[in-house]
Amino acid sequence: MAEVLLEARDIVKHYPVTRGLLQRTVGWVRAVDGVSFTVEQGKTFSLVGESGAGKTTIAKAILLLERLTSGNILFEGKDVYKFSAAQLKTGYRPKVQSVQQNPWSSMNPRMRVRDIVGEPLFVNTKQPKKEVYDNVSKLLDQVGIGAEGMTRYPHEFSGGQRQRIAVARALALHPNLLVLDEPVSALDVSIRAQIMNLLKDLQTQFNLSYIVIAHNLATVRYMSHGVAIMYLGQLVEYGDTEELFKNPLHPYTRALISASQLTLPEDAKDGAKQIILTGEMPSPLNPPPGCRFHTRCAEAGELCSKEIPDMRQVGKNYVKCHHYK
Amino acid sequence: MTVAPNIEAKTTNKRKGGVSRWSRIMKNLTFIIPLSIFIILILTSIFAPFIAPHDPEATSLTERRLPPAFIEGGSTKYLLGTDSLGRDVLSRVIYGARVSLSVSLMVIAITAGIGTLMGIASGYLGGRIDGFLMRVVDIAMSFPGLVLAMLLAVALGPGFFTVVIALSALGWAGYARLIRGETLRIRNSDFVAQARISGASSWRIMLRHIFPNVLNPLIIIMTLAVGMMILAESGMSYLGIGIPPPTPSWGSMVSDGRNDLDVAWWISTFPGICIGLVVLSGNFLGDWLRDKMDPRLRQL
Ligand SMILES: Nc1ncnc2c1ncn2[C@@H]1O[C@H](COP(=O)(O)OP(=O)(O)OP(=O)(O)O)[C@@H](O)[C@H]1O
Ligand SMILES: [Mg+2]
Repeated sequence: MAEVLLEARDIVKHYPVTRGLLQRTVGWVRAVDGVSFTVEQGKTFSLVGESGAGKTTIAKAILLLERLTSGNILFEGKDVYKFSAAQLKTGYRPKVQSVQQNPWSSMNPRMRVRDIVGEPLFVNTKQPKKEVYDNVSKLLDQVGIGAEGMTRYPHEFSGGQRQRIAVARALALHPNLLVLDEPVSALDVSIRAQIMNLLKDLQTQFNLSYIVIAHNLATVRYMSHGVAIMYLGQLVEYGDTEELFKNPLHPYTRALISASQLTLPEDAKDGAKQIILTGEMPSPLNPPPGCRFHTRCAEAGELCSKEIPDMRQVGKNYVKCHHYK
Repeated sequence: MTVAPNIEAKTTNKRKGGVSRWSRIMKNLTFIIPLSIFIILILTSIFAPFIAPHDPEATSLTERRLPPAFIEGGSTKYLLGTDSLGRDVLSRVIYGARVSLSVSLMVIAITAGIGTLMGIASGYLGGRIDGFLMRVVDIAMSFPGLVLAMLLAVALGPGFFTVVIALSALGWAGYARLIRGETLRIRNSDFVAQARISGASSWRIMLRHIFPNVLNPLIIIMTLAVGMMILAESGMSYLGIGIPPPTPSWGSMVSDGRNDLDVAWWISTFPGICIGLVVLSGNFLGDWLRDKMDPRLRQL
């Protein structure tokens, strides 16, 4: 087994809901409610779930854009929240970079590409301008953008090209881990595969670890080693990706898989049973008691609405469901 | 999702000559004309002593309210006529440009500078700093400017710097509020989050990411203020707390000539035209500058 690079231990993030003039706290959005996972060196770990499941909140916590309510994030075995400012600056921040979902908003429209991609270098190294720009041109080359793009502005590029530039920026500091929050979902379908191939190539070239966030399982199968299915702030199933596709355990996972295969009506062959999710995900302000999925689960029994299931190992993977006892 | 190809098409088809030639000329005229007006006015005010045909403060009681040269009864000695004390209107307009433009530009530099600094700091840093600065802004915005101006005139004595201080003392607040709002919007943007992930300091983010992106509204407000400040200075002159006579400013000339409007319209009309020209040129130039500084609009 590969070495563990990052570990999330029982992380929780509750956002206060305030109301009125005095900003009284009237409730808590349980965006992430006790999630644990590990990311291995050189591997891809994917987080999959519907909109509002709490995926971006986890990404923000790892990128230190939000502070957790409780729980720990361990990087190379050390608690990130116990790092001093100086340790963060040299030992964590530069090693954990990200590519965001929306390539239209993730770049300052008033900066040239060479300064956008070069920013991590300007901030973290003492390299003179010329050296930074030399490095930028190499980085752009690696992601398939010609050096003539250096002096251009982001709006002069297409979405796919911009996402390549974003990848170049994320690679500038030679990070160990990239957090990719839906890196292709804003792109044209025809361009998605290109970007995913690029990411895969870069992973083997630099032994990068990825955390990929997606709401579509199909995206994930192609590039991830480990996967976790998230529902309403919690994991319902996690483990090896191939195993999860071959032998999905949780009813929610099965529903997601069947949804991802249902691309055209004729795909829904008589043999394959379609599981269609009905209704909306309940509000994270007031999650249902018992198993959080029971309100939409076709197989829910009486126990499911009363008792919170434990995460348990079933075969190779782990699942949180009363049906596996 | 389908925007990508369109954007690409837009950038590859840079307009060159041909069809849009006429509109390009028009577009260029809209900044060449106001820019020339500004340059001429600034040169005029710098070289006023060499250009002005007469001493702007020299009175001639025998030549009062002489009409401009191009009107019956006018003489080429006073091209734009004389005022109620027999002073040369042209020379006063030329010297007046000095006072009016420098008051206006100084006040704008001070207020926009302070307001932008405070707005960005307040909006980006938030918390107590924001709470405190915004209360100060509230106070500044609700304080009667005229009262402050009068108090200052009494305390410091009327004069050029009193006018500048009086107009600056409260004027920054509007900028601060505007820039704070813009800052709040930008600080939540993805690219600021990305800068933080890169390890950029707050200082760097404010300077490199927030500031360039608040320039659009800032430039618009600044250029609108050129005319407003000239008018404010005239208001103060009218109340006797502006630049004291006999030093000419466009504002004081307009208000001096008000009583003679029916018999000697030229006394206030010519400085009035100058004020109008500056206001208009300022607006056109502002639009042009904004387009020039925005990379997304630059090459269109
Ligand atoms: N700053 C915030 N304040 C309050 N609630 C928030 C905040 N950010 C996120 N939330 C809430 O937390 C929950 C999880 O949000 P999150 O953005 O992590 O979801 P997500 O899984 O990334 O969804 P999507 O697929 O739409 O990006 C949502 O209900 C959201 O409304
Ligand atoms: Mg998200």
